[in-house]
Amino acid sequence: MSVWDDLVGQEAVVEVLRGAVADPAAMTHAWLITGPPGSGRSNAARAFAAALQCLEGGCGDCLACTTALAGTHADVTVVATETVGIKIDETRALVSLAQRAPSGGRWRVILIEDADRMAERTSNVLLKAIEEPPPRTVWLLCAPSPQDVVVTIRSRARSLALRVPPVEAVAALLVSRDGVDPQVAAVCARAAQSHIGIARRLARDPEARDRRAQVLAIPAAIRGVGDAVLAAGRLVEVAQAESKAATEQRDAQEKTALLRAMGAEGAATLPPSLRSQVTQLEKDQKSRATRAQRDVLDRSMIDLLSLYRDVLVVQLGAGVDLVNAGQADQVAALAASSSPEQTLRRMDAIGQTRTRLAGNVAPLLAMEAMTIALRPQG
Amino acid sequence: MAWDAVELAPIVLVTGAEQLLAERAVAGLIAAAKQRDADVEVTRLEGAGYVGGTLLVATSPSLFGEARIVVVQGVEQANDELISDALAYLDAPADDVVLVLHHGGGQRGKKFLDAVRGAGATVVTCEPIKKDTDKVAFAAAELRRAGRRADAAAMRALVEAVGADLRELAASCAQLVADTSGVIGADVVNRYYGGRIEATGFRVADAAIAGQTGQAVALLRHALATGADPVPLVAALAAKLRVLAKVAATRGRGGAAARDLGLAPWLVERALRDLSRWTPEALAAAITAVAQADAEVKGGGRDPVFAVERAVIRVASAAAS
Repeated sequence: MSVWDDLVGQEAVVEVLRGAVADPAAMTHAWLITGPPGSGRSNAARAFAAALQCLEGGCGDCLACTTALAGTHADVTVVATETVGIKIDETRALVSLAQRAPSGGRWRVILIEDADRMAERTSNVLLKAIEEPPPRTVWLLCAPSPQDVVVTIRSRARSLALRVPPVEAVAALLVSRDGVDPQVAAVCARAAQSHIGIARRLARDPEARDRRAQVLAIPAAIRGVGDAVLAAGRLVEVAQAESKAATEQRDAQEKTALLRAMGAEGAATLPPSLRSQVTQLEKDQKSRATRAQRDVLDRSMIDLLSLYRDVLVVQLGAGVDLVNAGQADQVAALAASSSPEQTLRRMDAIGQTRTRLAGNVAPLLAMEAMTIALRPQG
Repeated sequence: MAWDAVELAPIVLVTGAEQLLAERAVAGLIAAAKQRDADVEVTRLEGAGYVGGTLLVATSPSLFGEARIVVVQGVEQANDELISDALAYLDAPADDVVLVLHHGGGQRGKKFLDAVRGAGATVVTCEPIKKDTDKVAFAAAELRRAGRRADAAAMRALVEAVGADLRELAASCAQLVADTSGVIGADVVNRYYGGRIEATGFRVADAAIAGQTGQAVALLRHALATGADPVPLVAALAAKLRVLAKVAATRGRGGAAARDLGLAPWLVERALRDLSRWTPEALAAAITAVAQADAEVKGGGRDPVFAVERAVIRVASAAAS
């Protein structure tokens, strides 16, 4: 057992990190861990943090290892966000935190899981702190690619790139860790395109598999502009329902807890002095719901991209494995009814919609433009 | 009952969100009460800051037995004390008292309002005037009351210029009455209120969908000049096109399918009329253009105003083609 066990197919990176733990000369003050979504960036960073705190270099069993992996170690600060971006106030607090010596462990580790979700202004606050931290402080930043953080941060950190883990390795992890049936594991790992988290959800939740199948059935159901608009409406509705289901219960709990903390539990009307705090909470919750909805839509679009990738594979006769082996009929039908140029244009439209959604375009409108681009064209 | 036909009754309920009409109704009631008895005692109460028992004090028999009119403003913000006092009064109204309750619209206090209606109160409704034809009628009535007349073109120009707010429309009528003489013509209105058109995003979208490029762009410029933001303008275009596309999808499948869309019947009818000008390809081009404009007004482009104008032109020319 070791903290590195859950990192699938990343032998090269694990080797570098192990070396840094063992040899002070190989260590540095700031690391930028990059890799495609689902390759295990944050897991790699947490494992590294645990190995730094562990007396045996990452045994995986001791208190330091377990608390660091769980994010509760006193000297490991994990910054993650459930909203659209990391706020500038949160990062200001990190600057002074970085100057403190580790309380009990060996290193003060500050782990920013979504470094790509910092605006440039927010990143600038950290420049000085990342450039010259005290000797026992180490920064771990995670982002999809080095280009997702500003160049001034990039140049101050040592970059470490994770690769897309092989499908077989992900399937093997699902079998060994979650006890999934090997055949299901292989299908799910392929459908998730090696994204470990999504593969796991697909493997363990039949509803998630159903939803994915529904999304993939959309292109076949669009026959004209009207259908496209209705399909976009359904996609957004499903995303809203899903994000609501994910956040509603928690929102209510948080509000009750806040009211109890302020002694206003069960009050018919809230005193004006307390109202601002409740408003702030509701604002945070709304921001979280926006992010949840966007994530769901983005996942649908990635699924659609994988479908058109398969269509292109068939159209060009590339002879590589299909991502959506279960939908081979649909893929064949789409491939027969369109040209490779059209497929590429559709993939472009999906990619453009992803960019637009990130740019705060009204989700319904963005999806409508996308489904319209997917309609059969002469 | 309409605001200009109010009559005194033991209990009068004035409801509706249009403040101007409600104020006039209340003023009319007070004037009528004064005409009936010059010594009438007028008491005004506020719903929000009401102190328990005040209504009882105001309505209880007075020493010299004069008539009284009690006006309660802001019933929509009434506290529980006012509601309970008023309910108690409804059970035992005083003889020589006129109680006027003014509820400024909204859902609050609905139960209380139902109780007031149930008690046989005269109800005066002052709902906002939304349609242009109704606004023209309102302005014409304003002028008629002042003993003046205007021709049809002048009325249209007046509503176009200041019709967004009823109070402003009434004030403009008063100004025209005071400053001019004879029949009011379009040239007079233009002299006072010319060059001003209150355009909303939906009017711009309507013109664009009707394929009237020139008018749509002119309205867009007016809307931008009177402070409209490009983002809701694009949203209005998108909403209109969405309805068109949805109705187009169900057009061949009969009325039941159209009802499933969850759209109001008049919206569907209107979309069906508009659709005669649209082909599916044009609709696709228009929605694509609007989506691009939405990205551009939200930081994707350099000039939001240019982006929305281009979208309006693209939609209008798609409709015209």
